[in-house]
Amino acid sequence: MTDRLKKSSTQSTLIQIIFLFIALCGVIIISTGLGYIRLSFFDVIKIIFAEITGQESFIKGMDDLFPVIVMDIRLPRILTAGIVGGGLAISGVVFQGILLNPLADPYTLGVSAGAAFGAALAILFNIGFLGTYSVPFFAFIGATLTLVFVIYLSSSGKGLSSNNLILSGIIVAAILSAGISFLKYLADEQVSIIIFWLMGSFGSKTWMDVFLTFAFVCIAFLIFTFFARDLNLMSLGNRTAASLGVDTTKVPLILLVTASLVAAVCVSVSGIIGFVGLLIPHMIRSINGPDNRKLIPLSLLAGAVLLLCADTITRAVLPTEIPIGVLTALIGGPFFCYIFRKRQMAG
Amino acid sequence: MAFEVDNITFYYEDKKVIDALSVVLESGKFYGILGPNGCGKTTLIDLLLKHSRPSTGKINYKGKDLSHYSRKELSREIALVPQNFYINFPFTAKEVVMMGRYPHMPRFSVPTEVDLELVQDIMEKTDTYQFAHRFITELSGGERQRVVFARALAQDTPVLILDEATSNLDIHHTIRLLNIASERVEKDKKTIIAVLQDINLAAAFCDDLIFMKQGSIAACGNSDEVLNREIIHSIFNVETKIYYEPYSNAKQVIFKR
Repeated sequence: MTDRLKKSSTQSTLIQIIFLFIALCGVIIISTGLGYIRLSFFDVIKIIFAEITGQESFIKGMDDLFPVIVMDIRLPRILTAGIVGGGLAISGVVFQGILLNPLADPYTLGVSAGAAFGAALAILFNIGFLGTYSVPFFAFIGATLTLVFVIYLSSSGKGLSSNNLILSGIIVAAILSAGISFLKYLADEQVSIIIFWLMGSFGSKTWMDVFLTFAFVCIAFLIFTFFARDLNLMSLGNRTAASLGVDTTKVPLILLVTASLVAAVCVSVSGIIGFVGLLIPHMIRSINGPDNRKLIPLSLLAGAVLLLCADTITRAVLPTEIPIGVLTALIGGPFFCYIFRKRQMAG
Repeated sequence: MAFEVDNITFYYEDKKVIDALSVVLESGKFYGILGPNGCGKTTLIDLLLKHSRPSTGKINYKGKDLSHYSRKELSREIALVPQNFYINFPFTAKEVVMMGRYPHMPRFSVPTEVDLELVQDIMEKTDTYQFAHRFITELSGGERQRVVFARALAQDTPVLILDEATSNLDIHHTIRLLNIASERVEKDKKTIIAVLQDINLAAAFCDDLIFMKQGSIAACGNSDEVLNREIIHSIFNVETKIYYEPYSNAKQVIFKR
């Protein structure tokens, strides 16, 4: 009886992973077809297949523009959106697990404010020595410096405490957002660029963005999977986790830094996109329980599907494109309120 | 010999919490640690668990310096039932008990038949199997403490440390769990180190008692010998009458109000 229960729960997780993976592939192909110029499902598959195998015969008779639209414009954007969604979601899982706080998200340590400040600086002073990558580069530096400072601020001889981290994150983020306001005040015509960047966008992403985010999210995913069991133990508190063999000074630091770096890369590439890192882990946890060994792969896929859908909605379904960060907050915020209220009512 | 604590001192910030403390804890015995609030009992336990390191002095475990053990090795040697236990995520009671098996399982493996049977057996013994599939977040304080106790038993280590592990339990479950603990001492030659508040329970279950005061050991020895009016008065500043009670086969303490 108990064996079967255990087995069936592992099996159902596997089925969910397969289902989400198929859903993700489906959404990628469908959304690639959607847009100002509509392409059929099969044309998209043919173009991708032709590109991978190098056989031009598949795309014979098609408009010459179609492969360009798919390969150079839509796919990089779509893949970046998916990868960023997955990255934010797993980063959220880890933050919630380490800080023992279901309300933590990838931006809890002020990573988003740091990135925004760095980006605003680069935009305001028109720093362009890295071409189009100047702004993301500065955003990443800003996020990383903020992270280092927050960890420095909250660390004591006894290791990192969850309360100290959250508090330091809030303080530093508050200072930085005042700084951002000041930069906006100084800026003249660039102010709209800054505002637009802050609200997040996947417009004009390149394959470089895809590879960059993919590399970071992949490495983070492997690290998180490796420590998933330790993350379970850490929810029992530091003392107990240590007595069960977790190195409670090293492991949280490794996970925290990795999760923050992923969030930093995601923010640098796409601007500030809220609620994905908060909502996805919550949803998956309410279905599958809090075991991080299931939570991490499922959140990765669900985050990718969700953010990709959201991006497709603003890009191809709505009459005018609204910033993705605004959309996720507008959909995610009320949804979160709903879950939260339901939990309160349940006691 | 389980622990040899040799003249350790520990400072918490600027405050001396443990002061030149030495004690030897033998294997296969049930130790009770007693003392007033803030006398350093929990700190001593943290030091035995290598959760904190002594500022000066040395602790040996099985003849080897405790600091030379890795966390992984220690997790197979010493289990802990902590004093306060709070968990923010809805793991089921069974999942929590299964976590006690983690130190014995390779990182990416699923529980074996042996693990599953052991967990079920322990949950039945600790009377927690009835809520095996309920969420730990929804259990009462006492039920949760039993689950945590079961988790530590599942860890199946030579040493079990109980830090006021029965503080939330009713008397039935207190006695039930302490009986499981002393059975392990007698049958499997395990070592139990229990911080207790109830002197009568300590006298009934522990082979040896260790009285602590202001970060050092005020008295220690065989329960029947060490427990007397003068010691209780000097440590807790209460008036008592102490006599041998054949019904519990131990010395018992009556307090003056």
